[in-house]
Amino acid sequence: MNDILAGLVEAGRLVVTLDPDLIEITLRSLQVTVTATVIAAAIGLPFGAWLAVNRFRHRRATIAVMNALMGLPPVVVGLIVYILLSRSGPFGVFGLLFTPAAMIIAQVIIITPLIASISHQAIRDLWAEYHDLLISLNTTKRQRIHALLWDGRRALLTAALAGFGRAIGEVGAIMIVGGNIDHATRVLTTAIALETGKGNFALALALGFVLIALAILVNFLIHGLSRTESESRW
Amino acid sequence: MIRKLLTACWAMCLMTGLASADGLKLAVTTSFHNSGLAEVLLPEILKDTGIDVQLLVVGTGQALRLGEAGDVDAILVHSKAAEEAFVAAGHGTHRREIMYNDFVLIGPSDDPAGIAGTATAAEALERIAAESAPFVSRGDESGTHKAERALWKAAGIAPEGSWYRAAGAGMGATLNTAAGMNAYVLSDRASWLNFGNKGDLALLFAGDPVLFNQYAYIPVNPARHPHVNEDAAARLESWLTSPRAKALIGGYEIGGETLFTFNAVPQ
Amino acid sequence: MVAPILPLTLSAAIVKRQGRRLIGPVDCTIEAAGTTIVMGPNGSGKTTLLRLMHGLERAREGRVAWAVDEPATRAHQAYVFQTPIMMRRSVVECIAYPLLTHGTGRREARARAEEWAARVGLGDALGRMATVLSGGEKQKLALARALIRRPQVLFLDEPCANLDGRATREIESILAEARADGVRIVMSTHDMGQARRLADDVLFLLNGRIHEAAMAWPFFAEPATPEARAFLKGDIVE
Repeated sequence: MNDILAGLVEAGRLVVTLDPDLIEITLRSLQVTVTATVIAAAIGLPFGAWLAVNRFRHRRATIAVMNALMGLPPVVVGLIVYILLSRSGPFGVFGLLFTPAAMIIAQVIIITPLIASISHQAIRDLWAEYHDLLISLNTTKRQRIHALLWDGRRALLTAALAGFGRAIGEVGAIMIVGGNIDHATRVLTTAIALETGKGNFALALALGFVLIALAILVNFLIHGLSRTESESRW
Repeated sequence: MIRKLLTACWAMCLMTGLASADGLKLAVTTSFHNSGLAEVLLPEILKDTGIDVQLLVVGTGQALRLGEAGDVDAILVHSKAAEEAFVAAGHGTHRREIMYNDFVLIGPSDDPAGIAGTATAAEALERIAAESAPFVSRGDESGTHKAERALWKAAGIAPEGSWYRAAGAGMGATLNTAAGMNAYVLSDRASWLNFGNKGDLALLFAGDPVLFNQYAYIPVNPARHPHVNEDAAARLESWLTSPRAKALIGGYEIGGETLFTFNAVPQ
Repeated sequence: MVAPILPLTLSAAIVKRQGRRLIGPVDCTIEAAGTTIVMGPNGSGKTTLLRLMHGLERAREGRVAWAVDEPATRAHQAYVFQTPIMMRRSVVECIAYPLLTHGTGRREARARAEEWAARVGLGDALGRMATVLSGGEKQKLALARALIRRPQVLFLDEPCANLDGRATREIESILAEARADGVRIVMSTHDMGQARRLADDVLFLLNGRIHEAAMAWPFFAEPATPEARAFLKGDIVE
């Protein structure tokens, strides 16, 4: 119990004094995760919509695999991405290992199935409603997916935020592919793991509270922004 | 509004591309990093040589794998047999001894196995085994784990049974486990002194020369991996073996205790 | 000048779902002008017939043929569903949507959508979300959306089924205007008064088949079949 209190106090101190290390790793956490979320959303949202709209042979199997991939163990993803990006691996020449780019790649792999799956479910319901109208209006497949993505944007935002939530709190994969290098690839979660390892529970908890606060802040911010257009304008 | 949001996101994506730093990647063991010595040395290295050393803090086993794959420019570890095999296999150019610290036996402050008064590390381990007192092992193929297994072997004991727990974790996490179970554990002195969650644990046995823990520096072989920063690795080696490094390493203390003994031989 | 897509000819067309015959075999022709009212008891296949004509259902057997190739007719047909399907957009965006998907510029699409909104009495509701409109407003929106691309044929599936008298009258006057503009209307209804007011000719369905096809006045005055006679009298027909 005392540790939690000490953690809260330490968190307050770090935030109030604008601790430069804290700001650095917080910004890096945001940068890595926001980038990963944007990329994963750019892949996962249209894919989820495409799955909802199209009928093809292995559709059920594809959806089942996608749902299973939602539970991908991050450590395994990290290991695979490490092996691929290693200097001895197929993509070694790019020198991406132990850079934020490697962390983004790992996070994209982890959260894309999650975003695709949630958006597929949301879009499927909307498609059931719009189906006859969009067919009747003689829209192309592209236009249908576009309309579904646009009109379902609230639910899709939730899907993207779920992806963001999973990515920002993720440690196993980015520890392996990022390496937790100070001033290069250290982010909030890897710093928490490091400080826990050192037995500095108060500092680790403080960073944890900052992480939670950050996640909440981002969610409020996004919802706040999306509410401003609840009455849609031309 | 959503367009603005996307624009902001793209700006962040672009920033990511610029964020990678140039420098030398050095794989070190958790025990070295936990000592806190790195935080003293790295700024001085940057000041003296201009090399931005990026530490990858991993276990010895993983450090050697990173060197093998060419993902780091040099490694600094403490597991002599594995290091020599690494160099012999051509993954590293050579092995340079830098300094040593020592391992210590930690246990519950009331010392149920009574190891505090023993003469040798082997005797201390015999008592723990005889009492079946809880003992937490790193169990992660790290340098510390290998040293621990060598000690059990030297004492003629095959540790097994419910009292012997392999944590499969780094030094800090293993110490956390030992603190939680109130168990015995082998740690390097530096990690122990810097450890923040000691609980009821205390340092019970130290000083046997078999507990000395030699650190060595190995540059990754540029013949195998042409992209490694060979020049910086060489300059870092000469800095680490310089009188300046000797003064900083020898002078590093925690709570008034010296941790490392510099023993690099000038060339 | 757009090539006329009518007449529409159904020959021995059958629609099945999961092996069960929904309608057919159906033979009929929709000629170039006027309003056809599709009548018949519940389950007689009115909705399926309209969906078949519009291409939302496929004929398992038989043929549905237009004067030109079917894909070329798509842009010149429109359909109003019994339960209006509202996109989650503002009224003006909903009405403009069919124009936007067919290459009209945003500015022009908006201007024409505003014009149509005013024509159907939604001029004050341009910025409101379509999903929160009343039933009558939704159906008027659906009509504007269907008519904005000046279709040659407009199908309506009981558009006034859940509406009160005033909303029904407004919709009928929009339909009368559309008919005057030369839009061919094919519409199902349960409302006998509405059928009498709008029909030029009638298709009376029973058990998935066209039981009687006739011009409006002979049909309402003296139906040829006893079933149609009973239906018009309000008796239960099976």
